[in-house]
Amino acid sequence: MIDFLRNEKNHKFVVPLLSVLFGFLAGAIIMIITGINPLEGYRALVKGVVGNPRKFGEWFVASSPLIFTGLSVAFGFRTGLFNIGAEGQLIVGSFAAVVVGIFVDVPAYIHLPLVLMSAAVAGALWGFVPGFLKAKYKVHEVVVTIMMNYSALHLINYAIKALPGSTKTRSVDILPSASLSSEFLSNITNHSRLHWGFLIAVLGAIVFWFIIERTTFGYELRSVGFNPTASEYAGMKVNRNIILSMMISGAFAGLAGAMISVGTFDYARVIASAEGYGFDGIAVALLGNNSGFAIIISGMLFGALKAGSSAMALASVPKEIGHIIMAFIVLFAAMNYGIKRFLARLGKEEK
Amino acid sequence: MEYIIEMLNIRKEFPGIVANDNITLQVKPGEIHALLGENGAGKSTLMSVLFGLYQPEAGEIKVRGENVNITDPNIANGLGIGMVHQHFKLVHNFTVTENIILGQEPTENGRINTQKAAKEIKELSKKYGLDVDPSAKIEDITVGMQQRVEILKMLYRNAEILIFDEPTAVLTPQEISELMDIMRRLVKEGKSIILITHKLKEIKAVADRCTIIRRGKYIDTVDVEDASEEVLASLMVGREVSFVVEKEDANPKESVLKITGLVVKDSRDLNAVNGLCLEVRAGEILGIAGVDGNGQSELIEALTGLRKIESGKIELLGHDVTNTNVRKRTEIGLGHIPQDRHKHGLVLDFKLAENLVLQTYYMQPYSKNGILNAEEIKKKAQELIDEFDVRSGQGIETTTRAMSGGNQQKAIVAREIDRSPKLLIAGQPTRGLDVGAIEFIHKKLIEERDKGKAVLLVSLELDEIMNVSDRIAVIYEGKIVGVVEAQKATEQQLGLMMAGSTTDKEEGDRK
Ligand SMILES: Nc1ncnc2c1ncn2[C@@H]1O[C@H](COP(=O)(O)OP(=O)(O)OP(=O)(O)O)[C@@H](O)[C@H]1O
Ligand SMILES: [Mg+2]
Repeated sequence: MIDFLRNEKNHKFVVPLLSVLFGFLAGAIIMIITGINPLEGYRALVKGVVGNPRKFGEWFVASSPLIFTGLSVAFGFRTGLFNIGAEGQLIVGSFAAVVVGIFVDVPAYIHLPLVLMSAAVAGALWGFVPGFLKAKYKVHEVVVTIMMNYSALHLINYAIKALPGSTKTRSVDILPSASLSSEFLSNITNHSRLHWGFLIAVLGAIVFWFIIERTTFGYELRSVGFNPTASEYAGMKVNRNIILSMMISGAFAGLAGAMISVGTFDYARVIASAEGYGFDGIAVALLGNNSGFAIIISGMLFGALKAGSSAMALASVPKEIGHIIMAFIVLFAAMNYGIKRFLARLGKEEK
Repeated sequence: MEYIIEMLNIRKEFPGIVANDNITLQVKPGEIHALLGENGAGKSTLMSVLFGLYQPEAGEIKVRGENVNITDPNIANGLGIGMVHQHFKLVHNFTVTENIILGQEPTENGRINTQKAAKEIKELSKKYGLDVDPSAKIEDITVGMQQRVEILKMLYRNAEILIFDEPTAVLTPQEISELMDIMRRLVKEGKSIILITHKLKEIKAVADRCTIIRRGKYIDTVDVEDASEEVLASLMVGREVSFVVEKEDANPKESVLKITGLVVKDSRDLNAVNGLCLEVRAGEILGIAGVDGNGQSELIEALTGLRKIESGKIELLGHDVTNTNVRKRTEIGLGHIPQDRHKHGLVLDFKLAENLVLQTYYMQPYSKNGILNAEEIKKKAQELIDEFDVRSGQGIETTTRAMSGGNQQKAIVAREIDRSPKLLIAGQPTRGLDVGAIEFIHKKLIEERDKGKAVLLVSLELDEIMNVSDRIAVIYEGKIVGVVEAQKATEQQLGLMMAGSTTDKEEGDRK
């Protein structure tokens, strides 16, 4: 057992698992301190996620955008960029999807792909700006993407209200041919909002993995991210690759927006402030080790905490406990170096 | 106290490799103790154990006769152990003083008293003949000076045992002899020194005793006085090493590279290459000799497409490549072993296999229609590490960062020579390599030449230039001041030319 934990080869998945375990332990301690029985709390959480088919469906609904923002942030990390701008890219993506969903009238088999594509393109364009500024003027992407988040929020809120038929809070419904929702999925999950988005997210993870690991394009993007001067030496187009990385990262975030606007809701919403999907994406990417498939799992986990925390509230466990657990998991995941050292020293002291 | 440092039966493992296998090293007070071993033998690892960066799996360490447990570098500092790493650890936009006091700032009512520190540093600097300006910024001083700052850092912390990990690999010959003097002065003042170097001459020049390790194992400790360079080399490599490079006469053919009136600016916007003309032909090795900083780096970067050219013309195999991008030049037939392996040569976070196809990943068979072929890449990588004896813990799967410096260098050389480019530009190709590896690389360069390829060798080591080249061009202040036949060249003659004297130009060239 100890040898298994000490073996560095296993650290890749042992460390995230431990982070999650520690996160839940810390959550339990907080509950005990605040006078809540942690067993009750966690029972409520589990019931809130898989308690009935409807809740089960809502779990997947909550997870899909998180998987996409996770992929977005991870794509940045893998190619040497810190994309804090997933939030803004998500907002423009969700809006673009709705616009195409309302105003273009074509059969579903064209419409839906078109809607998704426009979300991806909108996100990519929002990512182009920081990418371009970084490549051309060496402006750090963190600064620019944060700025772009605010611009997106206010600009898109304004644009939604300006669409014909919009109220102060939302746009009109998109055409049915543009929606990801499915009567079938909804029916088998007792009328949850479950839609096809989850499959698209899995597809997204596969595309992520394929680009990064299997293509010369991904090889170049990683190379440029790790060492721009060596990439230049090897004849790669460094600036172009920085811009493309940021755009692809933005495209994933844009698709996260489509998950919400043409999956969960079927209309565009005016929101008061950012909903935090972008920042959650950082957590998802971190816990998922920036690898496509692990991100599906970590996205599901954070989706569960998000979906389950309202159920916890019903069992008179404060909703914030869910957030606290998330925060602890991220904290431990970010401390992975420390955990690795701890594992490496395991058992040594006893000798 | 017979020994100031004793490392007894040290064992340190990394995934897939035992870097130190039962190694013993005993250092006497006041001596310069050399640590010699092939690339990847485990020298840096052993020193990192002594400095508290790694924890050994087995063995004990005694300092001044007492058992100690060095779990981190602060403890090492406390015991009077200091280390100058292979790659310096300085803050570039800080001054010398700020760098030296970093972590040990002398405070007065909570405020840092820089003036006091600067004065102390000046005194230390004077005492040991270091000649460092405490108020200069790191980014403005030479590599040699930066190294002295690292030395001062140790002295400021009252270190008595000084570890130097390949200090001379980055220095010019002039700086090397100055460093040797500094070391002699340090031991005279009572310090003890552990010196890692691949250059046997340096060991002969300053060291008292030498411990040899090979593939992680202890071989022997000898008195330097009684051991010739040949003996040291064969102890280290385990076979005889030949120091003279054997080669037939060159058989030069058509012109491969033609440079006319080349002007290139350096990063300070001065003309580093200043109207340089040169021609390299197929089937010859042309060596460029010169004192560091006379435009060699800028010349290489301009030739390979990494630096913009102000004026002049570069012709590669009949193509005008003056304004051609890097990729295109590579495809016309250019290979490049860069001087700085970490800046240009490798993506340290890539696996070794990925680095070995850094120039060819987009070509068949390594990829097709943009899809990588992992099998082919692995096959090639395995072939290269076998042929060039690139050693590491997990073979082609090793993260390049975890490899020893010399083996990183061998990986680059393997990648570039294997492509057999029509023109190979080799910038200090053997920097940081052990004598066995150097012999092998030199042989490879000559093989390329004999295949009819052209090699442009740029090196600060006159020995290397004189041994390997067929013709030698001397660069001075951005110009070629003369070209001589290597066979006829003498060290004195080259030395004069490198200092700017132009009297030794070839017949007919005289103005
Ligand atoms: N952090 C690390 N992780 C894994 N393996 C390592 C690490 N550091 C060193 N090694 C391995 O340990 C062996 C010894 O490396 P070390 O750097 O001590 O060699 P060295 O004698 O200093 O060689 P060189 O002359 O090339 O600098 C090498 O095979 C190297 O790949
Ligand atoms: Mg080393």
